[in-house]
Amino acid sequence: MLDWFLTYQSLFAFIGINGLLALSVYCTLSCGQLSLANAGFMAIGAYAAALLTLRAHAAFPLALLVATVVPAIVAVPLGLPVLRLRGVFLAIATIGFGEVVRLAFVNWDYTNGALGLVAIPQKTSLWMVWIALALALYVLGRLRGSRIGYALEAIRQDEPASRAIGIASTHYKVAMFAFGAALAGLAGALEAHFTFMVAPSGYGFGRVVDMLVYAVVGGDAIFYGPVLGAAFLTALPEALRGAGQAVGLAPGPLRLFVNGAILLAVILFLPNGLVSLPEAIRRWRMRRMPRAPLG
Amino acid sequence: MLLSVERLVRAFGGVRAVDGVTFAVGEGEVHGLIGPNGAGKTTLLNLVSGMLEPSEGIIWFRGERIDGRAPHRVAARGVTRTFQNIRLFAGLSAAANVIVGEHLSRRSMLWQRLLLLPKSRTEYEQALDNALRLLDRVGLRDRAFHRASSLSYGEQRRVEIARALAASPRILLLDEPTAGMNRNEVASVEKLIRQLADAGHSVLLVEHNVRLVMEVSNRVTVLNFGKVIADGEPKEVARDPEVIAAYLGTGE
Repeated sequence: MLDWFLTYQSLFAFIGINGLLALSVYCTLSCGQLSLANAGFMAIGAYAAALLTLRAHAAFPLALLVATVVPAIVAVPLGLPVLRLRGVFLAIATIGFGEVVRLAFVNWDYTNGALGLVAIPQKTSLWMVWIALALALYVLGRLRGSRIGYALEAIRQDEPASRAIGIASTHYKVAMFAFGAALAGLAGALEAHFTFMVAPSGYGFGRVVDMLVYAVVGGDAIFYGPVLGAAFLTALPEALRGAGQAVGLAPGPLRLFVNGAILLAVILFLPNGLVSLPEAIRRWRMRRMPRAPLG
Repeated sequence: MLLSVERLVRAFGGVRAVDGVTFAVGEGEVHGLIGPNGAGKTTLLNLVSGMLEPSEGIIWFRGERIDGRAPHRVAARGVTRTFQNIRLFAGLSAAANVIVGEHLSRRSMLWQRLLLLPKSRTEYEQALDNALRLLDRVGLRDRAFHRASSLSYGEQRRVEIARALAASPRILLLDEPTAGMNRNEVASVEKLIRQLADAGHSVLLVEHNVRLVMEVSNRVTVLNFGKVIADGEPKEVARDPEVIAAYLGTGE
């Protein structure tokens, strides 16, 4: 058991980090906004923390704190104009922000441009990742049923109507945008000190799409859905590799194919995400039940 | 005067949907706003509630100018509304819709909630109690935990009124509360508006059902093509030749 745990330690760390990233996207989804700026915030957090520990020899907790706070501070002036946009326009504007951040790091000599920073001290341990994830889940869980939680739900369902009953929707949207940025920055810092390196290529458009897919596959109707999605999608390739080895298949493109097929099946049959699985099973059973004879 | 509107204009391109409208609503008054289709009634309500900015003119509310303010600021001053095409939060229960409406009257308990302080729990129970009391008032106590989208049309309307009341507004704007209702539903809304009036609420009522407006209002303003054609007590207004012409046509 311990052996097994040690073998998969990094898998568990990545599940936690990806869970944080999925929650960072959920923050904006929870008030109905599709923002794709989170890879950019993750890059800011990762670089800020790595520079602090690598160049300034700062203590790791301080580096984590800075990596959490700085993206949130950047998010506020960015969010105020950008969150006035809706739907696809917001998505495009935030993709633009992500690309600007990535290109800035590509062209910054101090951080070795496209090569990025290497030999970052390994300071992240598994428990830190999971405590960070647990805290994020706790905060989002306590928001449910609170005055703020109801306000977010109202904004998500009908923003103009929410404003008519006195909810300052822009404040809430910007606050959740900044909270999401903080989580992405923290995840970036934890990952940088786990993999020893940061490079701009790790924070491109593909990365934010991954985060969004975690949230969608897990289900964004409830706060823990995105974490389920992240865990499922992070563990799936490993599970398939194990399964392939067990039946004697050589690792290869087949695994990617199966991975994609499972993803597609989840999206087709569970459009509300993995969190809706119990509900889907119940409905399927109801349908299979023999009908009572009439009269 | 609680609410007064002075020479209000709202133009959409070349069309002046509201064209120099002046009227006032007193404290504790039910003020009816009627007029044929396209007279500018809903536009006027949108201007007062801040959902639209006026092109010209002033809106005073309790001695303060509220024209051009964002809707949530207008709501915070004590103006809440319902919508012609009901806009409930469909995925939430009736009670949750009303709790959302309490946003302005509740304080944020986030820190207490994060620290699991018992105070936050009683705060939530108070919010729920209050929501249930309001639902009781509109006759929907037994439907409190049904999804808003599963309620009948008339019930949804009444939930929307309860949600607007939850903010403890100084004036309630009702945009065609009986639109698309059957007779029983109209009767229940009529009863509700009378109860609100008896309880001393100020109401600005936009309505197609002229009989209902004439019966429940203290004062009526009639609009046609964006302009006020009559303003006064229901009895005077009903006799006004211009009003009769606007509703029935002139026969020429």
